[in-house]
Amino acid sequence: MIEGLQAQPAAAPALPATTASRARARSSARIRGVVVAGVWWVLSIGLVVVAWEAAAALHLIDPVILPPPHEFIGEIRNQAQFLMPAVGVERTGANFVALTAIVASVQRVLIGLFLAFVAGVLTGSVAFSFAIVRKLTLPTVTLLAPIAPVAWIPLAIVAFGVGDWSAIFVVFVGIYFTLTLATVKAMTNVDPVYVDAARVLGARRGQIMRHVVLPAAIPALFDLVRMNLFGAWMGVLAAEMVGVNTGLGAIVMVGRSMMNMNLTFLGMAMIGLVGYLLDAAFGLVQRRVLWWRRATEL
Amino acid sequence: MAALECRGVTKVWGESTDREVVALQDIDLVVGRGEFVVVIGPSGCGKSTLLKLLAGLETPTAGRLLHGGQVISGPEVDRSLIFQQPSLYPWLSALDNVAFGLKLRGVPRAERHRQAEEFLRQVGLREFARKHPHELSGGMQQRVAIARALCVGADTLLMDEPFAALDVQTRYQMQAFLLDIWHGTGKTAVFVTHHIDEAVYLADRVVVLTARPGRVLDSVSIDMPRPRSVVGEAFERYRALLVERLRAEVARAFQEQELVEMLDTRIK
Ligand SMILES: Nc1ncnc2c1ncn2[C@@H]1O[C@H](COP(=O)(O)OP(=O)(O)OP(=O)(O)O)[C@@H](O)[C@H]1O
Ligand SMILES: [Mg+2]
Repeated sequence: MIEGLQAQPAAAPALPATTASRARARSSARIRGVVVAGVWWVLSIGLVVVAWEAAAALHLIDPVILPPPHEFIGEIRNQAQFLMPAVGVERTGANFVALTAIVASVQRVLIGLFLAFVAGVLTGSVAFSFAIVRKLTLPTVTLLAPIAPVAWIPLAIVAFGVGDWSAIFVVFVGIYFTLTLATVKAMTNVDPVYVDAARVLGARRGQIMRHVVLPAAIPALFDLVRMNLFGAWMGVLAAEMVGVNTGLGAIVMVGRSMMNMNLTFLGMAMIGLVGYLLDAAFGLVQRRVLWWRRATEL
Repeated sequence: MAALECRGVTKVWGESTDREVVALQDIDLVVGRGEFVVVIGPSGCGKSTLLKLLAGLETPTAGRLLHGGQVISGPEVDRSLIFQQPSLYPWLSALDNVAFGLKLRGVPRAERHRQAEEFLRQVGLREFARKHPHELSGGMQQRVAIARALCVGADTLLMDEPFAALDVQTRYQMQAFLLDIWHGTGKTAVFVTHHIDEAVYLADRVVVLTARPGRVLDSVSIDMPRPRSVVGEAFERYRALLVERLRAEVARAFQEQELVEMLDTRIK
């Protein structure tokens, strides 16, 4: 009996200790995974940079047309005068102005996507709910959907002039029809047992739409927005190149027209980096906020 | 007085298409108020179809269904159906799933959570209130679904194999829990199962359906005092009787299936 009493306090802390150490092992395994992946990123990019720098140092390429990375990245310091078209952000130094161009482009993409998402889901919901609307609109929408964002640029510039709104319009109109179609499809595909369960619990039509069909369909729609992100990004950049004279697309074109390839490459590097970060941010939203689709598909 | 009545109910799926299926034919069934009726029958004989008709989710091709003397024309909150397949909303926590029916009725958040928590406690899942369905086992999900159906306060419970995914221990617990509720509240229950032991243990009356198209083959009253024991001579007798009834039907269903397959291969 005394032995039993002594054994208990010894045994009790043993359990939390093992679960804690297991959790620690798991998180350290995750950190190791991230570090390993990071090393490969550095190696992969480093390889290209080293080859490029070497080719420039050995005069295999013309540094005026293909400036090596250290040159065009160093360009950030003295590009203030070319990056002037500031949008909303004070120009306190050259870095800040590059940031301004990024802010301008990203803002346009996000506003355009947001408006297209809201409008597409709304139109799609109405078309899903009312057969007449659906039959009247879907054929037209189906024909308009495949028109890529860039194809809308000429119309946008004629209609909205050279400002934010024509870039936003390009994104909006390039995604809106696709999203309307996808909304109807996603809502049609909602598992009927979800709808039946709500009906049995006393849901009316509008409640089924709001509390069941919409939440069930939204993750699929967000997937679609993410897939169209690069198309929208391209649309904005192209609009900035041909008419809207601010943003990252404009920087690349300014560099070309002044034969300053450092500026062009700096712009390209920022376009790649920002595009990647946008996609990663969307992925994060999907996992954190709209996790249930993936969770149920497992 | 009858709680539920089926009068000559026939259900044909996909009528006048090439995939026409007669699921139920000419069903006559009366369920008394407060009665616990268990429905058994070969797979595919139309048990789920029958419950959907009683819930008001589907309309019969012929015949009439009544609830408390009124024709069933759509779903009502006083007839709750627990589905055979998972039907919890993956985007809601267990607690919010249980409270869903109250939310539809406009019950304030704090109040509906209080009630939902009580039902979760009754099905033994209070600690899992904040978990989402994908974090629960299949059996736990089904218990949440039961709590959800109970939470709206229906007087008639339609249950489609609700315990099929549970292990033996939990199944016994849930059966006892269900009988408690039924006994304490005088609810009417129609319960579909494949387990004959479960049928004998729960039922006032077991209705045996034929292979498709489902008709009522037999209706066996279980005259055993409650609480029942699952061992003993009376239990075994009922069990043997139902097994015998079902075996013949299942054999017939299989033969028919084989015949259909044989014809199919001939045609190809
Ligand atoms: N929504 C539907 N549309 C078309 N046919 C259906 C539908 N639901 C069921 N059926 C058909 O009706 C028949 C009876 O199906 P039901 O689901 O009622 O059988 P069940 O007795 O519940 O079977 P199980 O024991 O396997 O659950 C089956 O042949 C099935 O294919
Ligand atoms: Mg079934």
